[in-house]
Amino acid sequence: MTDYRMNILVCGGTGCRSSEGATLHDELVSLLADKGLEKEIQVVSTGCFGFCEKGPVVKILPDNTFYVQVQAADAREIIEEHIIKGRKVDHLLYVAPETGKKVSDSKHMDFYKKQVRIALRNCGFINPENVDEYVARDGYAALATCLGEMTPEQVIKEIKKSGLRGRGGAGFPTGTKWELTSKSIADQKYVVCNADEGDPGAFMDRSILEGDPHSVIEAMAICGYCIGADKGLVYIRAEYPLAIKRLKIALEQARNYGLLGENILNTGFNFEIDLRYGAGAFVCGEETALIHSMEGKRGEPTFKPPFPAEKGYLGKPTNVNNVETYANIPSIINKGAKWFSSIGTEKSKGTKVFALAGKINNVGLIEVPMGTTLREVIYDIGGGIKNGKEFKAVQTGGPSGGCLTKNFLDTPIDYESLTEAGSMMGSGGMIVMDEDDCMVSIAKFYLEFTLDESCGKCNPCRIGNKRLWEILDKISKGNGTKEDLNRLKLLSNVVKDSSLCGLGQTSPNPILSTMDNFWDEYLAHVEDKRCPAGQCKAMMQYVIDPVKCTGCTLCSRICPVAAIEGERKKPHEIDPVKCIKCGACMEKCKFEAISVA
Amino acid sequence: MSKIKSLEELRKLREEVQTRMKLRENSDKSEDLVRIKVAMATCGIASGARETMRVLIEQLDQQGVDAVVTQTGCMGYCYAEPTVEVTLPGKEPIVFGEVKEERAREIIDKYVVNQELIDGIIPVNHQSI
Repeated sequence: MTDYRMNILVCGGTGCRSSEGATLHDELVSLLADKGLEKEIQVVSTGCFGFCEKGPVVKILPDNTFYVQVQAADAREIIEEHIIKGRKVDHLLYVAPETGKKVSDSKHMDFYKKQVRIALRNCGFINPENVDEYVARDGYAALATCLGEMTPEQVIKEIKKSGLRGRGGAGFPTGTKWELTSKSIADQKYVVCNADEGDPGAFMDRSILEGDPHSVIEAMAICGYCIGADKGLVYIRAEYPLAIKRLKIALEQARNYGLLGENILNTGFNFEIDLRYGAGAFVCGEETALIHSMEGKRGEPTFKPPFPAEKGYLGKPTNVNNVETYANIPSIINKGAKWFSSIGTEKSKGTKVFALAGKINNVGLIEVPMGTTLREVIYDIGGGIKNGKEFKAVQTGGPSGGCLTKNFLDTPIDYESLTEAGSMMGSGGMIVMDEDDCMVSIAKFYLEFTLDESCGKCNPCRIGNKRLWEILDKISKGNGTKEDLNRLKLLSNVVKDSSLCGLGQTSPNPILSTMDNFWDEYLAHVEDKRCPAGQCKAMMQYVIDPVKCTGCTLCSRICPVAAIEGERKKPHEIDPVKCIKCGACMEKCKFEAISVA
Repeated sequence: MSKIKSLEELRKLREEVQTRMKLRENSDKSEDLVRIKVAMATCGIASGARETMRVLIEQLDQQGVDAVVTQTGCMGYCYAEPTVEVTLPGKEPIVFGEVKEERAREIIDKYVVNQELIDGIIPVNHQSI
């Protein structure tokens, strides 16, 4: 018997919840109860729909109506109009930015048309706090197949055949990693899930754990079976409270069903998972630093080899994979390696999740087949650049990646192509920049981040990055010379070549890639002392056009440092020495007489 | 919650919970399924469209037909409420009028299952776009 005739799916991801999504959910539930409809209509709190730009998001089934920016106050209208009378609430429908037309259901949204969801298959579809809904979507069937019908070697072979590569950034073949760990001989081995997502603006792993925690748990158990481990650990940052909460609920439910614990499905296989909390240090995403942090030591990397596959957590063989990598595993087992490897490009199989951020219309979470071009992601799915501005660059790979210009828009997204273009796949952060972004400032921003996050163990990273930052700072203040540019390049390469771990080996990438692609902009900063994007404050000069100025005195009254002088009804002047470039005068001038030179 | 001890038990549980998720699965592939719209404007509701909808869903379930049943606004045939539009996969939609309990059962048993036409078809004078 179908219990309900309609479902109201309310996004329960962190993004939507922070804009009143939880209140909205409760309001819908209580209104339905008031109308006596609680047996006919089910309200489901799901994981992230990916359309974070317009959250909180509500989807109504079976008609697939997609409501955006829904407030708790809109709950009554949704129930009374849509649920009771079958009339869609017009003002909550999504408006397509290209056509300006309202889109009645999610099947007609460009945002979803080009997406293929494997890792996110259950996000925005099931209630992550209900294991039954996961089971209904073939949950734990892959684990049962592996335990009951396959040998560990067969499972590893299948994963290798699928071509799955690490989604944390480096792209190491997952099956090979499992094989290496399985061949290490020890009395105890560990399966570790790296949920220390640290790239600025990235939230792929968080969303998977919030929206579909069981997929990661199931995959870790499969990995344990393959490598011969009975213990799993999830290293997750403490700043992800909702993901932790859902993961705990999921672990509890899996234990109650006997899908974790001793003698799973009566096969004699034991597996248990614990959580370890990180303090949010970027370097702990590096696997050796992560392992040290879990051991209670300082989160500092050590030289490889030995690789964790030989000597990892507590000196025992350890397999470390990223959240998204694990989330792909159950589908590969259920649907077969052949199916998985039919998606993507020759060397990069399957899909990749990206967190779209920056100056893009549809900020959110997407999953596309490998080989999709940057243009398709930015324009077709992302809806193009905000406010009709010009696209300037896209940053992939976080602080370890690089900025790609519009010449690279047709680059297919796969590990090799992105590296060749001067950036990298990374964990999936994608930040879009428009004409108003200054590339020197962008490079400085990323370096500031790595400077903060450097653990300080090796000199090139600790001191080298600091010096790099100082040179960038000098350039952005208009004091740079051409000699500085050479030094910047040279030192960048030294830091890259001599740092101990991935953090230092990649931290100069944003500098190098912006220098490669935006050399003119660097030159303008040092030679003409000019910031073409008008972002570097130190180089800006506010001037008053004496023809347009009416001498109304408004600007001189508003200036916080009394840098503007002039007689009434006569053109005023700005003293560049006193001016702090706050822009207040320009904003207030009624005659558009003030501009930035 | 009792423990699952075998693949067989897991399969059983899956089948059980899948029926509860059917609505969601079906919405995802609605183009390939039987789609039924029940007009539920004031006129429809006043003539008992809510009961009609309940019967339709119940009957579909009994016959084991995967379908998507939605509400819609007034289709303009207020004289013949409750009205129901049925679209079989790959076919043109057909609108039935005065669908009370009896006719609702007939629609499912005869038209949806056997594609036999029955009484009460309203000549369509509109086109949905």
